[in-house]
Amino acid sequence: MPYGLGIAKGMMVTLRNLVRKPVTVQYPEQRVAQHHRFRGEDFVWYEERCTGCASCAKYCPQGIIKIVTAPSGEMTQEGEKYKLEVFDIEIARCMFCGLCVEACPYDALHMGSGFERARPRQSDLVISVDELKASAKKPSTWFRPQLQDRGYDPFQPGDDVTWQDAGREKSVAPTYEEMLQRWVQGR
Amino acid sequence: MDSPLDRNGLYSGLYGFFADLAPDGLGWLAYLLAGVVIVFIVVNGVMLLTAFETYMERRVLGRFQTRLGPNRVGPFGLLQPFADVLKLIMKEDLRPAMADRLTFFLAPVIMVAAILLVAAVVPFGPDTFLADLNIGVLFIVGIPTMATVAMFLGGWGSGNRFALLGAARAVAMLISYEVPMIVSLAGVLLLAGSMSLVDVVEAQRLPFVVLQPLGFFVFLVAASAEMNRSPFDLMEAESELTAGFHTEFSGVRFGLLQLAEFGELVIISAVLAVLFLGGWQNPFVSPDFAQWLPGQVWFLLKLVFFLLLFTWIRATLPRMRVDQVMAFAWKALFPLAIINTLVTAGLVVAWPEPEYGQLWIIAAVNWAVAVACLVVFSRALERHRERPTASVQLVEVPAEVS
Repeated sequence: MPYGLGIAKGMMVTLRNLVRKPVTVQYPEQRVAQHHRFRGEDFVWYEERCTGCASCAKYCPQGIIKIVTAPSGEMTQEGEKYKLEVFDIEIARCMFCGLCVEACPYDALHMGSGFERARPRQSDLVISVDELKASAKKPSTWFRPQLQDRGYDPFQPGDDVTWQDAGREKSVAPTYEEMLQRWVQGR
Repeated sequence: MDSPLDRNGLYSGLYGFFADLAPDGLGWLAYLLAGVVIVFIVVNGVMLLTAFETYMERRVLGRFQTRLGPNRVGPFGLLQPFADVLKLIMKEDLRPAMADRLTFFLAPVIMVAAILLVAAVVPFGPDTFLADLNIGVLFIVGIPTMATVAMFLGGWGSGNRFALLGAARAVAMLISYEVPMIVSLAGVLLLAGSMSLVDVVEAQRLPFVVLQPLGFFVFLVAASAEMNRSPFDLMEAESELTAGFHTEFSGVRFGLLQLAEFGELVIISAVLAVLFLGGWQNPFVSPDFAQWLPGQVWFLLKLVFFLLLFTWIRATLPRMRVDQVMAFAWKALFPLAIINTLVTAGLVVAWPEPEYGQLWIIAAVNWAVAVACLVVFSRALERHRERPTASVQLVEVPAEVS
């Protein structure tokens, strides 16, 4: 634009931004709402459901899950259940892809919703089996539609998910009519 | 003989106070003490203003970019400049192995000294200034050039090619922009009839921005180039030269360079307020309008207005290319300044002692000239810009070949 009008136009654009509300979120005091399917840290693990098959360790693209098992002598329906002596997740190299959770055949491993595990040393960034046992049983609903179907929300206070409730065998699969209805309503 | 203290109420008052205390024959000591007290006030005032400026610039720039800016240190982040200074003082003071020890040490000191020297002649209010030089305008365009010398010293002494390139750019650009800057002041001086800044303020029955739109524009642009601010911050172009001449400076020296940079902004804004917005006078046209606020407060408000204007420009305009910057100085600003000077000189010859009504005629003529110049120059520069730099020749391909 001639006659310096382009400069005037640009100045007006920045002036309009001056009177707009800032978009900054003051993080420690204010937080952005998280999604219930957030893939975060502090994996939720159910010892009762885990057989020690190490599928999670196998599918991890980073190879950061270390599992050492021992025979426990306890028989389950699927076969012998191993006792986990070591279950280390080296969270420093984890990229939170969630493949371990997808791979778990028994719905024993779930993602968490945390993201504030900064530590001064890298060696502190390992989740051990004791930590997994002690962690709060508030799994994220990522790759766990059965939890979402039940109306469970990881950010609501109260009701931890017990190991009996965490699996998909308890969820009632929708009938063909219900699925059709959902599809029609979604349109 | 006129004493230089005649019009300087603050200085003469302090001198009287110390002269009463001093024993006989030590009058010179009272004179010196009064000067030292005022220098202390002025230097610290300018430093505080600069600290406030860095805070304000960061906050306002943040709002221009729809973010908040620094707000964690103290109430509303007001203590941020002091935190910055503390951090810079505690940092390690590095000197590169290839650096020239003397020039590397001298550059920041000379730069700050040059900027603070200018504050000596700026009238911050009626009777509130250190000195009323009769060549004040010459002083304020001459002394900041020393900062450019310091810039080159720093760039050369760093022993770093980026620093040297940035310093070379700075010198080339500042020499170019010094010319239109000085010539644009000629109109103001013709109208005021004096080079003393106090006289210039008292001559402004109408603010000179009304009488000298073209001179104001040229001075504003040249001044923002003079103090290396966007869109003319070529010498510290981050994408090309890391940080220009202060690439190698750290710690206290870096802090001094930043102080000089923002101090120059404050000083130039003060000079703009003095020369074009009527300094400490209230902006109302009628002289017998009630004096709402003391002159110092009016001056500060005008100063802050210019600081905000420069922040706004920095938030908006992208950096220019080197050839564009040079072409703008010599092809646009310099002729504009000369036209402004000639027109103003003609008007001053026509009305050597203008009455209040005639001032408005002068203003109208100057505005007409300014608008005409804007149209003519922007069309000329536009045509120049649209000329293709390389022509592509289309060749007819014979039918047999294809």
